[in-house]
Amino acid sequence: MSKIGVFVCHCGENISATVDCKKVAEEAAKLTGVEVSLDYKYMCSDPGQTIIKEAIKEKGLTGVVVAACSPRMHEPTFRKACAEAGLNPFMCEMTNLREHCSWVHEKNDQTTEKAIDLVRMLVEKTKLNKPLNEIKVPVSKKALVIGGGIAGIQASLDIANAGHQVILVEKEASIGGHMSQLSETFPTLDCSQCILTPRMVEVAQHPNITLYNYAELESLDGFIGNFKATIRLKAKSVDPKACTGCGACYNKCPKKKIPSEFNEGLGMRTAIYTPFPQAVPNKPVIDKENCNYYKNGKCKICEKVCPTGAIEFDKPDEFVTENVGAIVLATGFNVLKPDFFPEYGYGQFKDVITGLQFERLASASGPTLGEIRRPSDGKVPQKVVFIACAGSRDPAKGIPYCSKICCMYTAKHAMLYQHKVHGGESTVFYMDIRAGGKNYEEFVRRAIEEDGANYVRGRVARIYEKDGKLIVKGVDTLLGAKPVEIEADMVVLASAGVANCGAEELAQKMHVSYDPYKFFAEAHPKLKPVETNTAGIYLCGACQAPKDIPDTVATASGAAAKVIGLFSKDELTREPLVAVVNRIASHDVSTCVGCFMCQTACPYQAIEREEVKNRAGEVIKTVARVNPGLCQGCGTCVSFCRSKSIDIQGFSNEQMYAEVLAVLNTP
Amino acid sequence: MKIGFYPGCSLKGTSSEYAQSTLALAKAFDIDLVEITDWNCCGATAAHNLNHELATALPARVLALAEKDGLKEIVVPCAACYNRLSVTQHELNENQDLKNRVEEILEMPLSGNLEILNVMQFIDRYIAGKIEGKVVKPFNHKVVCYYGCLLVRPHDVLKFDRLEDPQSMDILMKKIGADSMDWGYKTECCGAGFSVSRTDIVGKLSGKIVKDAYDRGAQAIIVACPMCQSNLDMRRPHINSYLKTKIDIPAMYITQAIGLAVGVSREDLGLKKLFVAPTFA
Repeated sequence: MSKIGVFVCHCGENISATVDCKKVAEEAAKLTGVEVSLDYKYMCSDPGQTIIKEAIKEKGLTGVVVAACSPRMHEPTFRKACAEAGLNPFMCEMTNLREHCSWVHEKNDQTTEKAIDLVRMLVEKTKLNKPLNEIKVPVSKKALVIGGGIAGIQASLDIANAGHQVILVEKEASIGGHMSQLSETFPTLDCSQCILTPRMVEVAQHPNITLYNYAELESLDGFIGNFKATIRLKAKSVDPKACTGCGACYNKCPKKKIPSEFNEGLGMRTAIYTPFPQAVPNKPVIDKENCNYYKNGKCKICEKVCPTGAIEFDKPDEFVTENVGAIVLATGFNVLKPDFFPEYGYGQFKDVITGLQFERLASASGPTLGEIRRPSDGKVPQKVVFIACAGSRDPAKGIPYCSKICCMYTAKHAMLYQHKVHGGESTVFYMDIRAGGKNYEEFVRRAIEEDGANYVRGRVARIYEKDGKLIVKGVDTLLGAKPVEIEADMVVLASAGVANCGAEELAQKMHVSYDPYKFFAEAHPKLKPVETNTAGIYLCGACQAPKDIPDTVATASGAAAKVIGLFSKDELTREPLVAVVNRIASHDVSTCVGCFMCQTACPYQAIEREEVKNRAGEVIKTVARVNPGLCQGCGTCVSFCRSKSIDIQGFSNEQMYAEVLAVLNTP
Repeated sequence: MKIGFYPGCSLKGTSSEYAQSTLALAKAFDIDLVEITDWNCCGATAAHNLNHELATALPARVLALAEKDGLKEIVVPCAACYNRLSVTQHELNENQDLKNRVEEILEMPLSGNLEILNVMQFIDRYIAGKIEGKVVKPFNHKVVCYYGCLLVRPHDVLKFDRLEDPQSMDILMKKIGADSMDWGYKTECCGAGFSVSRTDIVGKLSGKIVKDAYDRGAQAIIVACPMCQSNLDMRRPHINSYLKTKIDIPAMYITQAIGLAVGVSREDLGLKKLFVAPTFA
């Protein structure tokens, strides 16, 4: 006979404001098999948990139903409390009176009725619960980091320095990411490359880090502690072992007019190239789209001039498979590209550029060697307009969010411009200045007060070209919506930060959720900021949302700490809520008929074939077996099974029926 | 198939050449435009400044009449009428209570499925595909296309063209051989209703538009709204006095420009009604 305890939580006022918790507890007490039923203001608090523990001990409860918030939030809490009182933790269940009832309904009798129904359903289920034990799985103590920008670099170094192996995968020819493109960084104006390149070199030389540059994740199988990652090593056409990085090849390459991605199209590169002089690894790759040989079969000049014979044409992509225990996603972001602002003429007027392009103009390693010269004619612009929120905070454009970094880098751009072009005039159009951060507000004030950037609060409606000038038409809302017209030599758009290309595809490949803007979603926005909903996969940097360098590095170290924490154990425990094929009566009998519909249905390749033999060693029948390490408990196999031979532990058909009948048979 | 035609007040009065040229252009392509039986005022600015119910019921009656005539789509050349009719249909489809009330006032049912086309959409759908074979006199002039405010706004309702940098007229003008130039005043305000009460403001606002067209060497300003056209054309003396110079670039309807290119006569296009006469036609 079951002895169930029901514990109804008020969740402060979250539940009790619309649900009569006392009545729920009273009604639950009347149910058959309910030994004790109580309500309390905060069940998750220490005194609340003590109530449950004492009830288990005093009344000898066989099952516990906590009617409170989401099991995502507190199921581990209550199961732990039950275990401490000597009850198998899987005899404890939670029903969600908050998200499923109080938060979505008005205060009335029906809401309380629904809460009672929810409790009744779970009481009936819990009566059929069986004690379960956690599954133990081993951990591969090797991490995969995807993305070699500052986030991936920081995470890799932190994990590697803790003594674990790291596989770092970067899709470009060099690590460094967007940070390597930046000129100086706010709020200290230290040179971006000067602080980044030592880290890049450290990655390359670290004995615990294996760097796969020019590579991408092809596929991912497995689960926390035991992922199997297949990585595509894109053919570089250059053997990195033989190459000494002498540069003879790219100096002689006849294709010299390819817009450089690193310089955001403001400079040119060759078809065989390293993205920038400080690249790590500093070995060139051939861009097959633009190489004469790959396009029309002739040239091979690089092969002729290479002193070490490192050029290897027509090699296919290779694949490597790595077994890793944890994955850090650090794939970064992108900035909005042309045609998003037809009214600003980006892509139409050469001197309307993005913030990232301005970084290249201001960078000592950039196409102008750090002099501010406009792209159209190389002249030094005497009047520059900076437009903050170009795309961001603009629901009409489909980007309602704030890109967060633009206020700061726009102030920095205006400042750098004033430092480099004496007597130049800079105007910044802004909506609000969002400078929250250590020394950030002071930095913006410095741009305005010391460097004389002219800040105009208002939006720009339109930019057009007239007599070689860019006419910027905007409004000054602090002067009573006065129209402002500026004849500028160059315009810099602080274009919105958007998800990196391929983010959606990667997220789907890895079963990581993402938001409507294709940024990867954290498991909890506040309390699990570097975890994803998929155990063992962590996030850091701007693949979550636009982030500045300090935030990126902080989350990268956070993700690394999570990985190191995971690797501190030799085994992981998993919830035993997995499918099992029944083995009724004796060990070798199963109602499974071996049709293997379940095998076809399983999205996780968790169903195996098992031969059942008699004593003579002859195979009697082949039945399905579920690998508990791979099974995710989705239940697809259960619905496919024709002979009802598979069930999910903790969610058996009988338990589900009991729940449904409980609500259908409402008194 | 019958296509409805809603002229509104302007096209029966100050801008009769817009109606004339639209109908002549349709005729040149063997399209029959049928005026909606017993149509009434769209309510214009006056109604929606005063009374929301009235402002909705007036255009709604036009829509109901069109439906009664068995029409599936109607052409509405005037940008303001097009705007009022489109916004009304959208609002009625979104708001069942309002729709019930309006049907009660009108004593007519409304399905709300009418397709409301402005002139560009009409040309795009029925003429653009056949235009190249029909051009007898390419319109090889430098032009700027002026869209004004109502044609593309509000975007959520009209879902027509790009909000800040519309292109539909430019694309059509290029089809008939025009050099349609990029410029800065495509969607700037012409002064609109100040045409009557504050001609000085119209002189200033429309003046800036005409000045930019002039500075870029345009030979014509192409428009699709009777209010814009009359401000740029009829108020040219005020514009000239604001600019302190005489600018004689004509402001003509897109239907007139295309009509000329496909060989419709000056008379049928009502060109003589323009205050600033085009020198090239």
